[in-house]
Amino acid sequence: MENLVKLTIDGINVEVPAGTTVLEAAKKAGIKIPTLCYLKDINQIGACRMCVVDTGARAFGAACVLPVSNGMNVKTNTPKLRDARRVNLELLLSNHDKKCLSCARNQKCELQQMCIDLGVEDTDTFKGKMNEYEIDDLSPSIVRNNNKCILCRRCVAACINTQAVGVIGPVNRGFKTQIKSAWGQSLNDVACINCGQCIAACPTGALYEKDSTKEVWDMLANPDYITVVQPAPAVRAALGEEFGMPIGTSVTGKLAAALRRLGFTKVFDVDWGADLTIMEEGTELLGRLKNGGVLPMITSCSPGWIKFCETYYPEFIPNLSSCKSPHEMEGAMIKSYWAEREGIDPHKIRVISVMPCTAKKFEAKRPELGHDGMADVDAVITTRELAHMIKQAGIDFLNLPDEDFDNVLGESSGAGTIFGATGGVMEAALRTVYEVVTGKTLDPVEFHEVRGIKGVKEAAVKVGDLTVNVAVAHGTANAAKLLDSIKNGEKTYQFIEVMACPGGCVTGGGQPIVDAQTRLEIDPKAVRAKALYDEDAGKPIRKSHENPSVKAAYDNYLGSPNSHKAHELLHTTYTARAKYSK
Amino acid sequence: MDFYRSQVLVCGGTGCTSSGSAKLIERFEAQIAEKGLDKEVKVVRTGCFGLCEAGPVVIIYPEGTFYSRVKEEDVDEIVGEHLLKGRKVQRLVYVDHKTHESSVQKSLNEVGFYKQQMRVALRNCGVIDPENIDEYIAFDGYQALAKALTEMTPEQVIDEVLKSGLRGRGGAGFPTGKKWQFARASQAEHKYFVCNADEGDPGAFMDRSLLEGDPHAILEAMAIGGYAIGADEGWIYVRAEYPIAVKRLEKAIEQAHEYGLLGKNIFGTDFSFDIHIRLGAGAFVCGEETALMASIEGKRGEPRPKPPFPAVKGLFESPTNINNVETLGNIPQIILKGADWFRSIGTERSTGTKVFALGGKINNTGLVEIPMGTPLRTIIEDIGGGIPNGKKFKAVQTGGPSGGCIPASLLDIPVEYDTLTSVGAMMGSGGMIVLDEDNCMVDIARFFLDFTVDESCGKCTPCRIGTRRMLEILERIVNGKGEEGDIEKLENLAENIKNSALCGLGQTAPNPVLSTIKFFRDEYEAHIREKRCPAHHCQALLNYEITDACRGCTLCARNCPVNAISGTVKQKHVIDTTKCIKCGQCMTNCKFNAIIKN
Repeated sequence: MENLVKLTIDGINVEVPAGTTVLEAAKKAGIKIPTLCYLKDINQIGACRMCVVDTGARAFGAACVLPVSNGMNVKTNTPKLRDARRVNLELLLSNHDKKCLSCARNQKCELQQMCIDLGVEDTDTFKGKMNEYEIDDLSPSIVRNNNKCILCRRCVAACINTQAVGVIGPVNRGFKTQIKSAWGQSLNDVACINCGQCIAACPTGALYEKDSTKEVWDMLANPDYITVVQPAPAVRAALGEEFGMPIGTSVTGKLAAALRRLGFTKVFDVDWGADLTIMEEGTELLGRLKNGGVLPMITSCSPGWIKFCETYYPEFIPNLSSCKSPHEMEGAMIKSYWAEREGIDPHKIRVISVMPCTAKKFEAKRPELGHDGMADVDAVITTRELAHMIKQAGIDFLNLPDEDFDNVLGESSGAGTIFGATGGVMEAALRTVYEVVTGKTLDPVEFHEVRGIKGVKEAAVKVGDLTVNVAVAHGTANAAKLLDSIKNGEKTYQFIEVMACPGGCVTGGGQPIVDAQTRLEIDPKAVRAKALYDEDAGKPIRKSHENPSVKAAYDNYLGSPNSHKAHELLHTTYTARAKYSK
Repeated sequence: MDFYRSQVLVCGGTGCTSSGSAKLIERFEAQIAEKGLDKEVKVVRTGCFGLCEAGPVVIIYPEGTFYSRVKEEDVDEIVGEHLLKGRKVQRLVYVDHKTHESSVQKSLNEVGFYKQQMRVALRNCGVIDPENIDEYIAFDGYQALAKALTEMTPEQVIDEVLKSGLRGRGGAGFPTGKKWQFARASQAEHKYFVCNADEGDPGAFMDRSLLEGDPHAILEAMAIGGYAIGADEGWIYVRAEYPIAVKRLEKAIEQAHEYGLLGKNIFGTDFSFDIHIRLGAGAFVCGEETALMASIEGKRGEPRPKPPFPAVKGLFESPTNINNVETLGNIPQIILKGADWFRSIGTERSTGTKVFALGGKINNTGLVEIPMGTPLRTIIEDIGGGIPNGKKFKAVQTGGPSGGCIPASLLDIPVEYDTLTSVGAMMGSGGMIVLDEDNCMVDIARFFLDFTVDESCGKCTPCRIGTRRMLEILERIVNGKGEEGDIEKLENLAENIKNSALCGLGQTAPNPVLSTIKFFRDEYEAHIREKRCPAHHCQALLNYEITDACRGCTLCARNCPVNAISGTVKQKHVIDTTKCIKCGQCMTNCKFNAIIKN
């Protein structure tokens, strides 16, 4: 079906399929055209005018949106083009808060990198009036500093297209244009789901997570506190990138070692909480199947998804699994089971979660997630914040030895590890549900139908006499599509996994930023997921119900899955939320 | 049908309406009734006559007597004298600015303002009652549609338009027939035909006049175009600030439906066509076709890169053709009279006529329609009646914020698309602003750029920040703070904005600056180097001085709001330039012309 188009780019003959953009075709010819507003699969609007090319037309075209045509003669590097890019970059700088040293994105900023690449120094060539905006830091998850914004609109596209949320957009016109919520409301007062995909899309320091490192440093410095840290599965698949390691490098051992060196009393692992989640969620699913409960049951690990469901699809709240998310479960267990075991006053314990996620910061503050006046989790830092802390502490991350997590809430199965990738929770649950229902050993343990980065994945899984129809969606826009297909009766499922972020937690809003040029070549969703699947494959235990320390927790403390005690500690409730504030 | 011996045509365009023509109509009707003439004389509210400067305008037929600046209290006299006794009211008859001749013995078409004009697009404006479909039909209305639908194939219609050489009157001058061809070639179940009535150039109002004066012509043209490209739905995107136009369009659509000229199976053919109106909020950028479509769709009015062109993927993702109002105004007559007739007007590459909104320092401000190729000089001196107050002509600005200034030395160039572009101006939608010796060219550039900066949508970098920086430099220059190198900086920014902006608005925004630098560089240099405004216009660069003609009457000193003038009675006074705020009160009050600007 593919129609090939022949064109010349800087004198190089290129043959590409029709519909290819000049930017993609140039890449094939080994030519890197600079981009700022372009973000593969997310934003293609030709707004920044950095990728301008000369095709002989009256004005330059934007390579990111310009489709190739036969016989096209494209020039990407003429004095006029270089001048246009330089001027446009200098214009952006003329209205940009250039305090790079104190910027969250210093050295990871695409604007800064472009200045280096194009040899543009801060010359004040076009010095003039600058817009001055108040920083919006009211959201527990996301800070917006429009003084750093270059109006590329990548965040806007991520919010509306990838996430079907759309609480930000351009307001005002011309020089006064800024990205904001309607009526100038704070991100905290609109129906934002806190997923942080806007941050992941931002090329500069206009968007970043609400900092919690200071709070964590204070906890570490307080001699009265027992500090317990627990990193999420996805953290190990990406943290290394902050230290120059290739995308998709697994750093589990170094992660445990670094956390220990930061001074945490105990270094546990949310992989353990993930295994516990499977026990609870798998049992809940079987119960619903058996007792005519509300189906399809939908997973509840992703706080961005939960808020999306509560806000945009409240009619599906009864479908949500009542299970807390893994780190909240583990937090609750640390402050009960573990505290009792160790003879520690739980009020002295501070649980710190390291998450690939900004929505977890919001989740940890949900009043229903705690007991006895204690929050299950006291602080949440993102993978990026952890990297900052490691650097601040002078820890030579690259040369750290591999260490293990602490017992007893640090031991995990491969099923817990793959929670970090889209389809992982589903696969982990199926491994356990299959064996619990059939009493047979599952072999092979992989469910390839639910792996991969397709937006919505489906499978019909045979569990004994039972066929379970399952679906997996990642990115809330895909989730919305899936829910709509259920609502209008097109589809019927028994079990659904939804992750708010495209790719699942490995590409969550709190993960190391992958810049647009890298994304042209590497899809971090797939590469980071592979790190987790590889780790799973190498683990001796690959099913949650075989995790000995989880079993011990049931034997010695909880009783059985979904027991009264388990319900008290490990399950939660949800609230329908208004889309618009009063 | 009733026959009347006389018809009183009162202009109901926006210009004359705002100077009170609605009241005139009421008074005329009341007076005529009182004198028992209501079976003999009919009052008609028409569209714009064009000579807005002379408004409110009243024309009485069959004589074609042209009364200008008629006030409500004049009506009784006109009715009593002219209509009852057949004696023209001399004092109200229009007087030609240039010749100082009264038009009392002349009919309308012999007046200097109209003599050299040729009305094709505006042919019915000021002639028919735009709210009466019968009047339009009486002037051959909807015959072109009938001809197209019953005697021509869509291809033949396109061919005729193509042969006519008609080019887009909205500014860029793209061949209309070609545009239609592209839209026809797109295969789709559903196509749209859109009329761009988002007229936004400062001072331009030909589209408004056409919509107000002859709305059916636009509907007819849209139906013809819809038939040609295969569209079944039309949209008119019109500014909400044009309430009269909107009202008349709505009425016209309703009437056309009643007569079966819109709707299902028009003229018994299987062609069906419907037209909707969408009101725009008056954003200049929404005249850009992709922004216009976004706005119709209910989105933020912002352009997007092309391709895909609207002909391939336009309104609601369907193939769409978009034409400007004036372009459409020509269509029915091209179909009716043929491409050859149209080609016979104008020049080889610019056929037909063009409507201009003549304004600024000119005696006859208003709408003029001239054959393409008419020399600029004819428009300004003959039709426009020259510059008021004996001032010297300096330049004419065409093309609005996207255009440029043409200096006196080029006054003999013909008005055509390519000629105007070649001198750094452009046809644009037809604003024509005349500038005299008192206009500062740097300030003119600043004025237009101020407009574009205000109207930039903010999507692309060069337009959003670049035009703003250019404006800041210009503001600096007119405020006496210009620096060596500012001209070069302006040129550098202008070149890059032209090259790299996303849409036509941005790409043409620097034109007013570039063309004034090209022809009036010395004025820029005088501002920057000598801190002097040669036109004595820029406030910050003015110094008021008292000459020896001063008699020491103290009037200036007493009127100075900041006490900057000192001196004793009967002695020459002195202005302290460090205190002076250049308000000009002293000069206004001086009885001896002893105060000058430097």
